[in-house]
Amino acid sequence: MINNALFILLLPLAAFVVQIFIGKRLPRKGDWLPTSAMIAAFLLAVPIFVEALSTYEPGYVIARETWNWLDFGSVQISFGIMIDNLTAIMLVVVTLVSSLVHLYSIGYMQDDPKYNRYFAYLSLFSFSMLGLILVDNFFGIYVFWELVGLSSYLLIGFWFEKKSAANASKKAFITNRVGDVGMFAGIMIIFSTIGSFTFESVFVGVANGQLAGTMLTVTGILIFLGAVGKSAQFPLHVWLPDAMEGPTPVSALIHAATMVAAGVYMVGRVFLLFTPDALLIIAYIGTITAFMAATIAIVQKDIKRVLAFSTISQLGYMMVGIGTGGYTAGLMHLTTHAMFKALLFLGSGSVIHALHTQDMTEMGGLRKKAPITFYTFLIGTLALSGVPPFSGFWSKDAILASALEFGMLHSAHIGIFVIMALSAGITAFYMFRVIYMTFTGEPRDKGKYDRAHESPLIMTIPLAILALIAANPVWGWFKGLIVKPELSDYGAGVAQISHLGGHDVAHTAHTGAMITSILVAGSGILLAATVYYWKKISAESWAKRLKPIYNLLWNKYYVDEFYRATFINGTLFKARLLAAFDGKVIDAVVNGAARLTVFVARVKGTFDLKIVDGMVNGVANLVGLVSVRLRVVQTGKIQNYILMALAAIILIFVIQQF
Amino acid sequence: MSLTVGLHHFLVLSAILFSLGLYAVVTKRNAVTVLMGVELILNAANLNFIAFGRFLDTDLDGQIFSVFVIVTAAAAAAVALAIVLNLYERIKTVNLDEADSLAG
Repeated sequence: MINNALFILLLPLAAFVVQIFIGKRLPRKGDWLPTSAMIAAFLLAVPIFVEALSTYEPGYVIARETWNWLDFGSVQISFGIMIDNLTAIMLVVVTLVSSLVHLYSIGYMQDDPKYNRYFAYLSLFSFSMLGLILVDNFFGIYVFWELVGLSSYLLIGFWFEKKSAANASKKAFITNRVGDVGMFAGIMIIFSTIGSFTFESVFVGVANGQLAGTMLTVTGILIFLGAVGKSAQFPLHVWLPDAMEGPTPVSALIHAATMVAAGVYMVGRVFLLFTPDALLIIAYIGTITAFMAATIAIVQKDIKRVLAFSTISQLGYMMVGIGTGGYTAGLMHLTTHAMFKALLFLGSGSVIHALHTQDMTEMGGLRKKAPITFYTFLIGTLALSGVPPFSGFWSKDAILASALEFGMLHSAHIGIFVIMALSAGITAFYMFRVIYMTFTGEPRDKGKYDRAHESPLIMTIPLAILALIAANPVWGWFKGLIVKPELSDYGAGVAQISHLGGHDVAHTAHTGAMITSILVAGSGILLAATVYYWKKISAESWAKRLKPIYNLLWNKYYVDEFYRATFINGTLFKARLLAAFDGKVIDAVVNGAARLTVFVARVKGTFDLKIVDGMVNGVANLVGLVSVRLRVVQTGKIQNYILMALAAIILIFVIQQF
Repeated sequence: MSLTVGLHHFLVLSAILFSLGLYAVVTKRNAVTVLMGVELILNAANLNFIAFGRFLDTDLDGQIFSVFVIVTAAAAAAVALAIVLNLYERIKTVNLDEADSLAG
């Protein structure tokens, strides 16, 4: 099995290396290479998954292998692969969605001039994502975490000729960095206190109280901050809507199914690090995110942006699930959501491919033109809205049940359940709004409608496959595979943490949650139908009547504006301040020093010229002057000299006489 | 009163002879004449040597010294005449006023 895992990891990497360097010269620009590598990876992942299913035991580790990687004297950093049930499920999800997206992209990206590079990036992403779910330590997860961020950046900015795309990629990268700094700090705290990166040894360390109390809470929150960035949780959710500038298959793969789920996966993976306080924060962040994003999605006109906000909202659900103790529910929603949201994105890609617009106000009546797209999209919508028996119902229901149970145990936090239930209704509403605006009614743009066509088979087949999975009600097997881990599995229990709702709470509140879930979904769909299908209520007049709220939602709660006003302008202000300081003070000092030097040099020059040279020249001049006077004596006539000698001698004689 | 020739007479004669020689050396334009003046000076010195040797010494040191001087003077005259000949070769005259290339 470990060989399977290695091949799963290395196949996309090899495909990336080949594709980026010689992809352009391969036949068909090499699209078959990453695609077949990915399908091979999927085929290799299936046996792993089958083994997990056939063993069907929560804590079962399918394969594990550790290599010594870095050795700094007493500190050793190992690099290992560990496959447990969660990894097995994630492997199948990622390789399957990735394979389908590869196939779909062959149709969708057909005429793109950078076709070969696109597939190279897809491979790079797949490699990073698979690495992220395979590694068994914090160090590795951080490395792949950043690689995933990089490939996301490359793919969002794939059409970097468009300024908006280039900006969106930068925004995504920078926003993610904010979270990653927290994650990095968290990992450093873990390493400095426990001295290991491996998940297992860290959990053992936590169980033995090497890292406990407030410090553990802080560490958990810091680690979670990484997930806040990657999984687009409030307040770092702003990058995901903009990331829709990337090609639609990329949105399906990265910004719906896999990468954004990496945050949730990571939170699930290191679940034992989180203290009750940290989990409560996770739950509330998830709640805020789910509600905010769902309400924003109501007013969006761009089909992809609706889905983007829906993704943010659903990621919030997963966080709530994990935060309220519904570990299984959260990760289950991660799995189901990956399938149906990839389906919805690919469906929207098919719509965009058909109409060459993303604006829903220019769509309508597409059902007749693109029936396969419609039916698959409808299945995705039903799953997302939480209509039984589609897959999303089971997972969302489990999350709501977990939130309800949590609220029943701690009545102060019942608000989480209420808001989540309300958001579920809103979800159903905005998704059916998309369905009605896009596929039913009269076409709003006749010209675009007439040219519309169903997508080619290479695009509709992935849709069909994903729709089959999304419609699958049999998610019952999940509960037995993924069970909330307990710290007592790892250590003697010096510092056992009683996780809130220590037992899996999803069962007791199940009935209440299920009824609520069906009710809110039904009313959401009904309301959407009333407004957009039967047109009994005018959306426009209500938007006018609730103008302040509409503006608030349309402007996405002004979060971007808030960031612009505070962080961006703050940074700019600081930069200007520093520039002014640099220009006025530092430059002045430097220039002053230069001027002083020049002045001193002048003084020295003058001194040299006047005094030193003056002395030298003065001596010379003096000598010259004296010489001019004295040379007269030197007549060159020997007799004169003798005469003078004589005179001198006489003089000496005369002097001697006195 | 008898006239006794003593040291003073010799010294006065020597001084006169020296002065004459010096006068010739300083004033004469002709190099050969100057050389002749030099001989006079040398002989004045010789006279002094002999006079002092006769009147103030017991042995013959002074007289012997003057013999050396005469020999040396002969040699010097030979060298000096050779120089004068060369001088004449170079500037076609033996007039010492013309030989002033050392003038400052």
